[in-house]
Amino acid sequence: MIDKTTNQRAWFLVLPVVVLVAFNALIPLMTVVNYSVQETFGNNVFFFEGVRWFEQILHSERFHASLLRQLTFTGIILLIEVPLGVAIALTMPKKGPWVSVCLVLMALPLLIPWNVVGAMWNIFALPDIGLLGQMINGMGFDYNFTQQPLAAWFTTILMDVWHWTSLVVLLAYAGLSSIPDAYYQAARIDGASAWSVFRYIQLPKMKRVLTIAILLRFMDSFMIYTEPFVLTGGGPGNTTTFLSIDLVKIALGQFDLGPAAAMSLIYFLIILVLSWIFYTLMMRNEEQ
Amino acid sequence: MKNLKWLVPTLYILFLMLPIYWLVSMSFKTTNEILGAFSLWPQEFTLDNYITIFTDPTWYNGYFNSLTYVAMNTLLSVSVALPAAYAFSRYRFLGDKHLFFWLLTNRMAPPAVFALPFFQLYSAVGLFDTTLAVALAHCLFNIPLAVWILEGFMSGIPKELDETAYVDGYSFWRFFIRIFIPTIAAGIGVVMFFTFMFSWVELLLAKTLTSVAAKPIAATMTRTASTAGYELGLLAAAGTLTIIPGAFVIWFVRHHIAKGFALGRV
Repeated sequence: MIDKTTNQRAWFLVLPVVVLVAFNALIPLMTVVNYSVQETFGNNVFFFEGVRWFEQILHSERFHASLLRQLTFTGIILLIEVPLGVAIALTMPKKGPWVSVCLVLMALPLLIPWNVVGAMWNIFALPDIGLLGQMINGMGFDYNFTQQPLAAWFTTILMDVWHWTSLVVLLAYAGLSSIPDAYYQAARIDGASAWSVFRYIQLPKMKRVLTIAILLRFMDSFMIYTEPFVLTGGGPGNTTTFLSIDLVKIALGQFDLGPAAAMSLIYFLIILVLSWIFYTLMMRNEEQ
Repeated sequence: MKNLKWLVPTLYILFLMLPIYWLVSMSFKTTNEILGAFSLWPQEFTLDNYITIFTDPTWYNGYFNSLTYVAMNTLLSVSVALPAAYAFSRYRFLGDKHLFFWLLTNRMAPPAVFALPFFQLYSAVGLFDTTLAVALAHCLFNIPLAVWILEGFMSGIPKELDETAYVDGYSFWRFFIRIFIPTIAAGIGVVMFFTFMFSWVELLLAKTLTSVAAKPIAATMTRTASTAGYELGLLAAAGTLTIIPGAFVIWFVRHHIAKGFALGRV
Protein backbone atom coordinates (compact mmCIF):
# COMPACT_ATOMS: atom_id res chain seq x y z
CA MET A 1 0.00 0.00 0.00
CA ILE A 2 1.17 3.49 -0.83
CA ASP A 3 1.14 6.00 2.00
CA LYS A 4 -0.76 8.91 0.57
CA THR A 5 0.02 12.53 1.18
CA THR A 6 -2.76 14.95 1.94
CA ASN A 7 -3.17 17.38 -0.93
CA GLN A 8 -6.41 19.24 -1.50
CA ARG A 9 -5.31 20.32 -4.96
CA ALA A 10 -5.87 16.72 -6.05
CA TRP A 11 -9.47 17.83 -6.46
CA PHE A 12 -8.44 19.58 -9.67
CA LEU A 13 -7.36 16.21 -11.06
CA VAL A 14 -10.69 14.57 -10.31
CA LEU A 15 -12.80 17.55 -11.35
CA PRO A 16 -13.34 16.55 -15.01
CA VAL A 17 -14.51 13.10 -13.91
CA VAL A 18 -16.85 14.56 -11.31
CA VAL A 19 -18.37 17.02 -13.79
CA LEU A 20 -18.95 14.42 -16.51
CA VAL A 21 -20.37 11.77 -14.21
CA ALA A 22 -22.46 14.27 -12.26
CA PHE A 23 -24.02 15.54 -15.49
CA ASN A 24 -24.99 11.99 -16.40
CA ALA A 25 -25.91 10.79 -12.95
CA LEU A 26 -27.31 13.60 -10.83
CA ILE A 27 -29.65 15.27 -13.32
CA PRO A 28 -31.34 12.02 -14.42
CA LEU A 29 -31.45 10.83 -10.81
CA MET A 30 -33.19 14.04 -9.75
CA THR A 31 -35.65 13.59 -12.62
CA VAL A 32 -36.43 10.12 -11.34
CA VAL A 33 -36.83 11.36 -7.76
CA ASN A 34 -39.09 14.11 -9.07
CA TYR A 35 -41.35 11.67 -10.90
CA SER A 36 -41.42 9.27 -8.00
CA VAL A 37 -43.37 11.65 -5.77
CA GLN A 38 -45.79 13.01 -8.37
CA GLU A 39 -48.79 11.97 -10.41
CA THR A 40 -49.40 13.10 -13.97
CA PHE A 41 -52.30 12.85 -16.38
CA GLY A 42 -50.26 14.12 -19.31
CA ASN A 43 -49.76 17.67 -20.60
CA ASN A 44 -46.92 18.16 -18.15
CA VAL A 45 -49.32 18.74 -15.26
CA PHE A 46 -48.05 17.16 -12.07
CA PHE A 47 -49.55 16.66 -8.61
CA PHE A 48 -47.58 15.94 -5.50
CA GLU A 49 -48.20 12.40 -4.26
CA GLY A 50 -45.70 11.93 -1.47
CA VAL A 51 -44.65 8.37 -0.85
CA ARG A 52 -47.77 6.77 -2.34
CA TRP A 53 -45.92 5.19 -5.27
CA PHE A 54 -43.29 3.74 -2.99
CA GLU A 55 -45.96 2.14 -0.81
CA GLN A 56 -47.74 0.86 -3.87
CA ILE A 57 -44.60 -0.72 -5.35
CA LEU A 58 -43.45 -2.22 -2.06
CA HIS A 59 -46.83 -3.89 -1.63
CA SER A 60 -47.30 -4.93 -5.22
CA GLU A 61 -47.22 -8.63 -5.91
CA ARG A 62 -45.92 -7.99 -9.38
CA PHE A 63 -42.82 -6.30 -7.96
CA HIS A 64 -42.29 -9.08 -5.44
CA ALA A 65 -42.53 -11.66 -8.21
CA SER A 66 -39.98 -9.98 -10.48
CA LEU A 67 -37.67 -9.32 -7.53
CA LEU A 68 -37.83 -12.99 -6.60
CA ARG A 69 -37.13 -14.01 -10.20
CA GLN A 70 -34.22 -11.58 -10.28
CA LEU A 71 -32.70 -12.89 -7.05
CA THR A 72 -33.10 -16.49 -8.18
CA PHE A 73 -31.51 -15.77 -11.54
CA THR A 74 -28.56 -13.86 -10.06
CA GLY A 75 -28.06 -16.54 -7.40
CA ILE A 76 -28.01 -19.34 -9.93
CA ILE A 77 -25.64 -17.68 -12.37
CA LEU A 78 -23.22 -16.67 -9.59
CA LEU A 79 -23.22 -20.26 -8.28
CA ILE A 80 -22.45 -21.58 -11.77
CA GLU A 81 -20.16 -18.94 -13.24
CA VAL A 82 -17.78 -18.32 -10.35
CA PRO A 83 -16.75 -21.94 -9.62
CA LEU A 84 -16.76 -22.80 -13.33
CA GLY A 85 -14.64 -19.76 -14.17
CA VAL A 86 -12.13 -20.62 -11.45
CA ALA A 87 -11.98 -24.25 -12.59
CA ILE A 88 -11.32 -23.24 -16.19
CA ALA A 89 -8.67 -20.72 -15.14
CA LEU A 90 -6.93 -23.43 -13.12
CA THR A 91 -6.77 -25.80 -16.09
CA MET A 92 -5.63 -23.20 -18.61
CA PRO A 93 -2.08 -23.45 -19.97
CA LYS A 94 0.32 -21.18 -18.07
CA LYS A 95 2.63 -20.33 -20.94
CA GLY A 96 3.18 -21.03 -24.60
CA PRO A 97 1.31 -20.10 -27.75
CA TRP A 98 -1.96 -21.61 -26.51
CA VAL A 99 -2.34 -18.93 -23.85
CA SER A 100 -3.08 -16.21 -26.40
CA VAL A 101 -5.38 -18.49 -28.39
CA CYS A 102 -7.37 -19.40 -25.27
CA LEU A 103 -7.60 -15.79 -24.06
CA VAL A 104 -8.70 -14.42 -27.43
CA LEU A 105 -11.32 -17.09 -28.03
CA MET A 106 -12.63 -16.90 -24.48
CA ALA A 107 -12.93 -13.13 -24.51
CA LEU A 108 -14.94 -13.18 -27.72
CA PRO A 109 -18.45 -13.50 -26.18
CA LEU A 110 -17.73 -10.47 -23.98
CA LEU A 111 -17.45 -8.21 -27.03
CA ILE A 112 -20.65 -9.10 -28.79
CA PRO A 113 -23.42 -6.49 -28.47
CA TRP A 114 -26.02 -7.70 -26.00
CA ASN A 115 -28.93 -7.76 -28.38
CA VAL A 116 -26.82 -9.77 -30.83
CA VAL A 117 -26.19 -12.23 -27.99
CA GLY A 118 -29.94 -12.48 -27.48
CA ALA A 119 -30.67 -12.84 -31.19
CA MET A 120 -27.86 -15.36 -31.60
CA TRP A 121 -29.16 -17.53 -28.78
CA ASN A 122 -32.66 -17.18 -30.10
CA ILE A 123 -31.76 -18.67 -33.47
CA PHE A 124 -29.41 -21.14 -31.79
CA ALA A 125 -32.04 -22.48 -29.40
CA LEU A 126 -35.20 -22.35 -31.51
CA PRO A 127 -36.58 -25.89 -31.54
CA ASP A 128 -37.21 -26.00 -35.30
CA ILE A 129 -34.28 -24.16 -36.88
CA GLY A 130 -31.73 -23.91 -34.05
CA LEU A 131 -28.77 -26.20 -33.51
CA LEU A 132 -29.28 -26.40 -29.73
CA GLY A 133 -33.03 -26.88 -30.06
CA GLN A 134 -32.53 -29.68 -32.57
CA MET A 135 -29.87 -31.32 -30.39
CA ILE A 136 -31.96 -31.32 -27.21
CA ASN A 137 -35.07 -32.51 -29.02
CA GLY A 138 -32.95 -35.11 -30.81
CA MET A 139 -31.91 -36.50 -27.41
CA GLY A 140 -35.56 -37.18 -26.72
CA PHE A 141 -36.45 -34.20 -24.54
CA ASP A 142 -39.44 -32.10 -25.40
CA TYR A 143 -37.81 -28.67 -25.50
CA ASN A 144 -39.28 -25.37 -26.65
CA PHE A 145 -38.14 -22.30 -24.79
CA THR A 146 -40.83 -20.09 -26.29
CA GLN A 147 -43.53 -22.22 -24.65
CA GLN A 148 -42.13 -23.89 -21.54
CA PRO A 149 -41.11 -21.75 -18.55
CA LEU A 150 -38.51 -24.26 -17.40
CA ALA A 151 -36.91 -24.43 -20.84
CA ALA A 152 -36.92 -20.63 -21.01
CA TRP A 153 -35.07 -20.43 -17.69
CA PHE A 154 -32.62 -23.12 -18.77
CA THR A 155 -31.89 -21.26 -22.01
CA THR A 156 -31.54 -17.87 -20.32
CA ILE A 157 -29.14 -19.26 -17.73
CA LEU A 158 -27.14 -21.16 -20.34
CA MET A 159 -26.91 -17.97 -22.39
CA ASP A 160 -25.64 -15.99 -19.42
CA VAL A 161 -23.10 -18.70 -18.56
CA TRP A 162 -21.96 -18.63 -22.19
CA HIS A 163 -21.81 -14.86 -22.18
CA TRP A 164 -20.09 -14.05 -18.89
CA THR A 165 -18.13 -17.02 -17.49
CA SER A 166 -15.13 -15.79 -19.50
CA LEU A 167 -15.00 -12.62 -17.42
CA VAL A 168 -14.48 -14.73 -14.28
CA VAL A 169 -11.93 -16.87 -16.16
CA LEU A 170 -9.93 -13.82 -17.29
CA LEU A 171 -9.87 -12.26 -13.84
CA ALA A 172 -9.09 -15.53 -12.05
CA TYR A 173 -6.37 -16.31 -14.59
CA ALA A 174 -4.80 -12.91 -13.94
CA GLY A 175 -4.82 -13.62 -10.22
CA LEU A 176 -3.22 -17.02 -10.78
CA SER A 177 -0.48 -15.74 -13.04
CA SER A 178 0.62 -13.34 -10.31
CA ILE A 179 1.72 -16.26 -8.10
CA PRO A 180 5.51 -16.69 -8.18
CA ASP A 181 6.80 -20.16 -9.11
CA ALA A 182 8.67 -20.31 -5.80
CA TYR A 183 5.35 -20.78 -3.98
CA TYR A 184 4.57 -23.92 -5.98
CA GLN A 185 8.09 -25.27 -5.49
CA ALA A 186 7.81 -24.77 -1.75
CA ALA A 187 4.44 -26.54 -1.77
CA ARG A 188 5.93 -29.46 -3.71
CA ILE A 189 8.78 -29.81 -1.21
CA ASP A 190 6.24 -29.85 1.62
CA GLY A 191 4.34 -32.55 -0.25
CA ALA A 192 1.15 -30.47 -0.38
CA SER A 193 -1.85 -32.00 -2.10
CA ALA A 194 -3.48 -30.33 -5.09
CA TRP A 195 -6.35 -29.31 -2.82
CA SER A 196 -4.14 -27.61 -0.23
CA VAL A 197 -2.21 -25.82 -2.98
CA PHE A 198 -5.55 -24.50 -4.17
CA ARG A 199 -6.86 -23.70 -0.69
CA TYR A 200 -3.77 -22.06 0.78
CA ILE A 201 -1.90 -20.62 -2.22
CA GLN A 202 -4.15 -20.11 -5.23
CA LEU A 203 -7.41 -19.11 -3.57
CA PRO A 204 -5.91 -16.41 -1.30
CA LYS A 205 -4.05 -14.95 -4.28
CA MET A 206 -7.24 -14.82 -6.30
CA LYS A 207 -9.28 -13.19 -3.57
CA ARG A 208 -9.08 -9.64 -4.82
CA VAL A 209 -9.77 -10.41 -8.48
CA LEU A 210 -12.57 -12.74 -7.46
CA THR A 211 -14.06 -9.94 -5.38
CA ILE A 212 -14.10 -7.79 -8.52
CA ALA A 213 -15.48 -10.66 -10.58
CA ILE A 214 -18.30 -11.43 -8.14
CA LEU A 215 -19.20 -7.76 -7.76
CA LEU A 216 -19.26 -7.19 -11.51
CA ARG A 217 -21.28 -10.33 -12.15
CA PHE A 218 -23.69 -9.50 -9.36
CA MET A 219 -24.29 -5.94 -10.56
CA ASP A 220 -24.54 -6.78 -14.24
CA SER A 221 -26.79 -9.79 -13.81
CA PHE A 222 -29.03 -7.75 -11.53
CA MET A 223 -29.42 -5.16 -14.28
CA ILE A 224 -29.80 -7.66 -17.11
CA TYR A 225 -32.22 -6.41 -19.74
CA THR A 226 -31.33 -6.74 -23.40
CA GLU A 227 -30.33 -10.40 -23.67
CA PRO A 228 -33.41 -11.99 -22.06
CA PHE A 229 -35.61 -9.36 -23.67
CA VAL A 230 -34.43 -10.33 -27.14
CA LEU A 231 -34.29 -14.05 -26.32
CA THR A 232 -37.62 -14.60 -24.60
CA GLY A 233 -39.26 -11.17 -24.40
CA GLY A 234 -39.78 -11.88 -20.70
CA GLY A 235 -41.99 -14.83 -21.46
CA PRO A 236 -43.55 -17.28 -21.74
CA GLY A 237 -46.06 -15.29 -19.73
CA ASN A 238 -43.99 -13.37 -17.20
CA THR A 239 -41.70 -16.22 -16.25
CA THR A 240 -38.45 -14.53 -17.36
CA THR A 241 -39.49 -10.94 -16.69
CA PHE A 242 -36.59 -9.71 -14.57
CA LEU A 243 -36.56 -6.37 -12.77
CA SER A 244 -35.26 -4.25 -15.66
CA ILE A 245 -37.69 -5.76 -18.15
CA ASP A 246 -40.56 -5.16 -15.77
CA LEU A 247 -39.40 -1.59 -15.17
CA VAL A 248 -39.23 -0.76 -18.87
CA LYS A 249 -42.68 -2.32 -19.33
CA ILE A 250 -44.11 -0.02 -16.67
CA ALA A 251 -42.19 3.12 -17.69
CA LEU A 252 -42.30 3.02 -21.48
CA GLY A 253 -45.03 0.47 -22.11
CA GLN A 254 -47.71 1.78 -19.77
CA PHE A 255 -46.10 5.20 -19.26
CA ASP A 256 -46.79 5.05 -15.53
CA LEU A 257 -43.96 7.42 -14.70
CA GLY A 258 -44.62 7.73 -10.97
CA PRO A 259 -44.65 4.02 -10.10
CA ALA A 260 -41.80 3.37 -12.55
CA ALA A 261 -39.66 6.06 -10.93
CA ALA A 262 -40.43 4.76 -7.44
CA MET A 263 -39.55 1.26 -8.60
CA SER A 264 -36.31 2.56 -10.15
CA LEU A 265 -35.20 4.05 -6.86
CA ILE A 266 -36.07 0.94 -4.86
CA TYR A 267 -34.28 -1.18 -7.47
CA PHE A 268 -31.17 1.01 -7.41
CA LEU A 269 -31.17 0.97 -3.62
CA ILE A 270 -31.31 -2.84 -3.53
CA ILE A 271 -28.27 -3.08 -5.81
CA LEU A 272 -26.39 -0.49 -3.76
CA VAL A 273 -27.08 -2.17 -0.44
CA LEU A 274 -26.31 -5.70 -1.65
CA SER A 275 -23.11 -4.57 -3.41
CA TRP A 276 -22.01 -2.73 -0.32
CA ILE A 277 -22.61 -5.80 1.85
CA PHE A 278 -20.69 -8.03 -0.59
CA TYR A 279 -17.86 -5.54 -0.80
CA THR A 280 -17.38 -5.01 2.92
CA LEU A 281 -17.73 -8.72 3.73
CA MET A 282 -15.08 -9.69 1.23
CA MET A 283 -12.78 -6.83 2.14
CA ARG A 284 -13.04 -7.75 5.82
CA ASN A 285 -12.02 -11.30 4.96
CA GLU A 286 -9.07 -9.96 3.05
CA GLU A 287 -7.84 -7.94 6.00
CA GLN A 288 -7.80 -10.94 8.31
CA MET B 1 -5.74 -37.22 -14.81
CA LYS B 2 -3.03 -34.65 -15.38
CA ASN B 3 -2.93 -35.29 -19.12
CA LEU B 4 -6.62 -34.58 -19.43
CA LYS B 5 -6.25 -31.05 -18.11
CA TRP B 6 -6.39 -29.51 -21.57
CA LEU B 7 -9.83 -31.02 -22.03
CA VAL B 8 -11.58 -28.49 -19.77
CA PRO B 9 -10.60 -25.30 -21.64
CA THR B 10 -11.05 -27.09 -24.97
CA LEU B 11 -14.59 -28.17 -24.16
CA TYR B 12 -15.36 -24.71 -22.82
CA ILE B 13 -14.09 -23.01 -25.99
CA LEU B 14 -16.07 -25.48 -28.08
CA PHE B 15 -19.18 -24.51 -26.12
CA LEU B 16 -18.39 -20.83 -26.73
CA MET B 17 -17.92 -21.33 -30.45
CA LEU B 18 -21.10 -23.31 -31.13
CA PRO B 19 -23.62 -20.43 -31.10
CA ILE B 20 -21.15 -18.24 -32.98
CA TYR B 21 -20.73 -20.94 -35.61
CA TRP B 22 -24.49 -21.17 -35.93
CA LEU B 23 -24.79 -17.41 -36.41
CA VAL B 24 -22.03 -17.31 -39.04
CA SER B 25 -23.36 -20.33 -40.88
CA MET B 26 -26.85 -18.85 -40.92
CA SER B 27 -25.52 -15.62 -42.40
CA PHE B 28 -24.49 -17.54 -45.53
CA LYS B 29 -27.87 -19.23 -45.94
CA THR B 30 -30.85 -18.03 -47.90
CA THR B 31 -34.04 -17.25 -45.99
CA ASN B 32 -35.69 -20.20 -47.70
CA GLU B 33 -33.06 -22.58 -46.49
CA ILE B 34 -33.18 -21.27 -42.92
CA LEU B 35 -36.94 -21.63 -42.63
CA GLY B 36 -37.08 -24.75 -44.81
CA ALA B 37 -34.98 -27.76 -43.93
CA PHE B 38 -32.59 -28.05 -41.01
CA SER B 39 -28.98 -28.14 -42.24
CA LEU B 40 -25.72 -28.10 -40.32
CA TRP B 41 -23.92 -25.94 -42.90
CA PRO B 42 -25.12 -23.76 -45.78
CA GLN B 43 -26.33 -25.86 -48.70
CA GLU B 44 -26.88 -22.98 -51.11
CA PHE B 45 -23.99 -20.76 -50.08
CA THR B 46 -24.90 -17.10 -50.61
CA LEU B 47 -23.26 -13.74 -49.97
CA ASP B 48 -26.48 -11.80 -50.61
CA ASN B 49 -26.98 -10.92 -46.95
CA TYR B 50 -23.56 -9.29 -46.77
CA ILE B 51 -24.02 -7.51 -50.09
CA THR B 52 -27.26 -5.99 -48.81
CA ILE B 53 -25.51 -4.67 -45.72
CA PHE B 54 -22.55 -3.20 -47.58
CA THR B 55 -24.65 -1.48 -50.24
CA ASP B 56 -27.50 -0.12 -48.11
CA PRO B 57 -26.52 3.08 -46.26
CA THR B 58 -29.03 2.51 -43.44
CA TRP B 59 -27.04 -0.62 -42.65
CA TYR B 60 -23.45 0.45 -43.04
CA ASN B 61 -24.03 3.85 -41.45
CA GLY B 62 -25.06 1.95 -38.35
CA TYR B 63 -21.54 0.58 -38.12
CA PHE B 64 -19.98 4.00 -38.56
CA ASN B 65 -22.24 5.44 -35.88
CA SER B 66 -21.46 2.69 -33.41
CA LEU B 67 -17.72 2.82 -34.01
CA THR B 68 -17.75 6.63 -33.77
CA TYR B 69 -19.40 6.86 -30.38
CA VAL B 70 -17.40 3.93 -29.01
CA ALA B 71 -14.12 5.57 -30.07
CA MET B 72 -15.18 8.95 -28.68
CA ASN B 73 -16.29 7.39 -25.42
CA THR B 74 -13.09 5.36 -25.01
CA LEU B 75 -10.86 8.39 -25.60
CA LEU B 76 -12.95 10.63 -23.35
CA SER B 77 -13.22 8.11 -20.51
CA VAL B 78 -9.53 7.24 -20.48
CA SER B 79 -8.29 10.82 -20.75
CA VAL B 80 -10.36 12.12 -17.85
CA ALA B 81 -9.91 8.97 -15.78
CA LEU B 82 -6.09 9.08 -15.94
CA PRO B 83 -5.53 12.19 -13.78
CA ALA B 84 -8.41 11.23 -11.47
CA ALA B 85 -7.05 7.75 -10.88
CA TYR B 86 -3.64 9.30 -10.20
CA ALA B 87 -5.21 11.58 -7.59
CA PHE B 88 -6.97 8.65 -5.90
CA SER B 89 -3.85 6.49 -5.86
CA ARG B 90 -1.42 9.16 -4.62
CA TYR B 91 -3.26 11.74 -2.54
CA ARG B 92 -5.62 12.02 0.36
CA PHE B 93 -8.11 14.82 -0.06
CA LEU B 94 -11.40 15.99 1.37
CA GLY B 95 -14.08 13.40 0.66
CA ASP B 96 -11.87 11.12 -1.43
CA LYS B 97 -13.34 7.85 -0.16
CA HIS B 98 -16.93 9.03 -0.51
CA LEU B 99 -16.21 10.31 -3.99
CA PHE B 100 -14.70 6.99 -5.01
CA PHE B 101 -17.69 5.06 -3.72
CA TRP B 102 -20.08 7.53 -5.35
CA LEU B 103 -18.33 6.96 -8.69
CA LEU B 104 -18.72 3.22 -8.26
CA THR B 105 -22.42 3.53 -7.47
CA ASN B 106 -22.92 4.84 -10.99
CA ARG B 107 -21.48 1.61 -12.30
CA MET B 108 -24.31 -0.05 -10.38
CA ALA B 109 -27.13 2.07 -11.80
CA PRO B 110 -29.33 -0.02 -14.09
CA PRO B 111 -29.53 1.68 -17.53
CA ALA B 112 -33.25 0.89 -17.52
CA VAL B 113 -33.61 3.36 -14.63
CA PHE B 114 -32.00 6.13 -16.61
CA ALA B 115 -33.42 5.54 -20.07
CA LEU B 116 -36.28 8.02 -19.90
CA PRO B 117 -34.49 10.81 -17.94
CA PHE B 118 -31.55 10.49 -20.34
CA PHE B 119 -33.84 10.98 -23.28
CA GLN B 120 -35.24 14.15 -21.70
CA LEU B 121 -31.84 15.46 -20.63
CA TYR B 122 -30.17 15.04 -23.99
CA SER B 123 -33.19 16.39 -25.84
CA ALA B 124 -33.09 19.44 -23.58
CA VAL B 125 -29.44 20.20 -24.34
CA GLY B 126 -30.00 19.61 -28.05
CA LEU B 127 -27.78 16.57 -28.42
CA PHE B 128 -30.49 14.02 -29.10
CA ASP B 129 -29.70 11.74 -32.04
CA THR B 130 -25.99 12.55 -32.15
CA THR B 131 -23.12 10.16 -31.59
CA LEU B 132 -21.78 12.64 -29.03
CA ALA B 133 -24.86 12.08 -26.86
CA VAL B 134 -24.24 8.33 -26.73
CA ALA B 135 -20.51 8.84 -26.13
CA LEU B 136 -21.29 11.15 -23.20
CA ALA B 137 -24.03 8.92 -21.81
CA HIS B 138 -21.77 5.88 -21.78
CA CYS B 139 -19.37 7.86 -19.57
CA LEU B 140 -21.86 7.12 -16.78
CA PHE B 141 -20.56 3.59 -16.37
CA ASN B 142 -17.25 3.71 -18.25
CA ILE B 143 -15.55 6.51 -16.32
CA PRO B 144 -16.11 4.86 -12.92
CA LEU B 145 -14.83 1.58 -14.33
CA ALA B 146 -11.79 3.25 -15.89
CA VAL B 147 -10.96 5.09 -12.66
CA TRP B 148 -11.40 1.90 -10.67
CA ILE B 149 -9.09 -0.21 -12.84
CA LEU B 150 -6.49 2.52 -13.39
CA GLU B 151 -6.33 3.26 -9.67
CA GLY B 152 -5.44 -0.40 -9.16
CA PHE B 153 -2.65 -0.24 -11.71
CA MET B 154 -1.26 3.03 -10.38
CA SER B 155 -1.18 1.84 -6.77
CA GLY B 156 1.12 -0.92 -7.96
CA ILE B 157 3.73 1.62 -9.04
CA PRO B 158 6.04 2.81 -6.26
CA LYS B 159 5.81 6.44 -5.32
CA GLU B 160 9.60 6.77 -5.59
CA LEU B 161 9.11 7.07 -9.34
CA ASP B 162 7.15 10.31 -8.90
CA GLU B 163 9.48 11.68 -6.25
CA THR B 164 12.61 11.04 -8.28
CA ALA B 165 11.10 12.81 -11.27
CA TYR B 166 10.09 15.84 -9.20
CA VAL B 167 13.59 16.00 -7.72
CA ASP B 168 14.94 15.92 -11.27
CA GLY B 169 12.92 19.04 -11.96
CA TYR B 170 10.00 17.58 -13.90
CA SER B 171 6.76 19.53 -13.67
CA PHE B 172 3.65 17.50 -12.80
CA TRP B 173 2.22 17.32 -16.30
CA ARG B 174 5.57 16.67 -17.94
CA PHE B 175 6.23 13.81 -15.52
CA PHE B 176 2.70 12.53 -15.97
CA ILE B 177 2.81 12.45 -19.77
CA ARG B 178 6.46 11.59 -20.39
CA ILE B 179 7.12 9.09 -17.61
CA PHE B 180 3.99 7.97 -15.82
CA ILE B 181 1.72 7.20 -18.75
CA PRO B 182 4.32 5.06 -20.57
CA THR B 183 4.91 3.17 -17.31
CA ILE B 184 1.28 2.12 -17.06
CA ALA B 185 0.77 1.59 -20.80
CA ALA B 186 -0.36 -1.99 -20.22
CA GLY B 187 -2.95 -0.78 -17.73
CA ILE B 188 -4.24 1.78 -20.20
CA GLY B 189 -4.53 -1.00 -22.77
CA VAL B 190 -6.66 -3.05 -20.39
CA VAL B 191 -8.84 -0.06 -19.54
CA MET B 192 -9.36 0.79 -23.20
CA PHE B 193 -10.33 -2.80 -23.79
CA PHE B 194 -12.98 -2.61 -21.06
CA THR B 195 -14.35 0.81 -22.03
CA PHE B 196 -14.53 -0.27 -25.67
CA MET B 197 -16.25 -3.45 -24.63
CA PHE B 198 -18.93 -1.91 -22.41
CA SER B 199 -19.67 0.91 -24.86
CA TRP B 200 -19.79 -1.42 -27.85
CA VAL B 201 -22.16 -3.91 -26.25
CA GLU B 202 -24.53 -1.48 -24.51
CA LEU B 203 -27.70 -0.88 -26.43
CA LEU B 204 -30.52 0.32 -24.20
CA LEU B 205 -29.12 3.85 -23.78
CA ALA B 206 -27.65 4.00 -27.29
CA LYS B 207 -31.05 3.14 -28.70
CA THR B 208 -32.92 5.57 -26.46
CA LEU B 209 -30.69 8.49 -27.38
CA THR B 210 -30.79 8.10 -31.15
CA SER B 211 -33.48 7.92 -33.81
CA VAL B 212 -32.19 8.18 -37.37
CA ALA B 213 -28.94 10.07 -37.85
CA ALA B 214 -26.89 8.36 -35.16
CA LYS B 215 -28.60 4.99 -34.94
CA PRO B 216 -26.22 2.24 -33.77
CA ILE B 217 -25.89 -0.90 -35.86
CA ALA B 218 -27.41 -3.11 -33.20
CA ALA B 219 -30.56 -0.97 -33.21
CA THR B 220 -30.76 -1.15 -37.00
CA MET B 221 -30.82 -4.91 -36.56
CA THR B 222 -33.72 -4.81 -34.14
CA ARG B 223 -35.73 -2.63 -36.48
CA THR B 224 -35.15 -4.93 -39.45
CA ALA B 225 -36.04 -7.99 -37.48
CA SER B 226 -39.37 -6.51 -36.47
CA THR B 227 -40.59 -4.53 -39.48
CA ALA B 228 -39.31 -6.36 -42.55
CA GLY B 229 -40.74 -9.67 -41.45
CA TYR B 230 -38.18 -12.04 -40.07
CA GLU B 231 -35.12 -11.87 -42.30
CA LEU B 232 -32.96 -14.19 -40.26
CA GLY B 233 -30.14 -14.41 -42.80
CA LEU B 234 -29.72 -10.65 -42.85
CA LEU B 235 -29.95 -10.51 -39.08
CA ALA B 236 -27.27 -13.20 -38.79
CA ALA B 237 -24.98 -11.41 -41.25
CA ALA B 238 -25.32 -8.12 -39.36
CA GLY B 239 -24.70 -9.96 -36.10
CA THR B 240 -21.60 -11.62 -37.50
CA LEU B 241 -20.24 -8.25 -38.55
CA THR B 242 -20.70 -6.86 -35.03
CA ILE B 243 -18.37 -9.55 -33.71
CA ILE B 244 -15.47 -8.47 -35.94
CA PRO B 245 -14.47 -5.16 -34.26
CA GLY B 246 -14.48 -6.92 -30.90
CA ALA B 247 -12.33 -9.76 -32.19
CA PHE B 248 -9.94 -7.20 -33.65
CA VAL B 249 -9.64 -5.34 -30.35
CA ILE B 250 -8.98 -8.52 -28.38
CA TRP B 251 -6.30 -9.55 -30.87
CA PHE B 252 -4.74 -6.13 -30.44
CA VAL B 253 -4.52 -6.29 -26.64
CA ARG B 254 -4.02 -10.05 -26.27
CA HIS B 255 -0.52 -9.73 -24.79
CA HIS B 256 -1.66 -7.02 -22.45
CA ILE B 257 -4.73 -8.80 -21.13
CA ALA B 258 -2.92 -11.38 -18.99
CA LYS B 259 0.09 -9.17 -18.30
CA GLY B 260 -2.09 -6.16 -17.65
CA PHE B 261 -4.41 -7.97 -15.30
CA ALA B 262 -1.46 -9.39 -13.39
CA LEU B 263 0.02 -5.92 -13.01
CA GLY B 264 -3.24 -4.49 -11.79
CA ARG B 265 -3.80 -7.12 -9.13
CA VAL B 266 -2.55 -4.71 -6.42
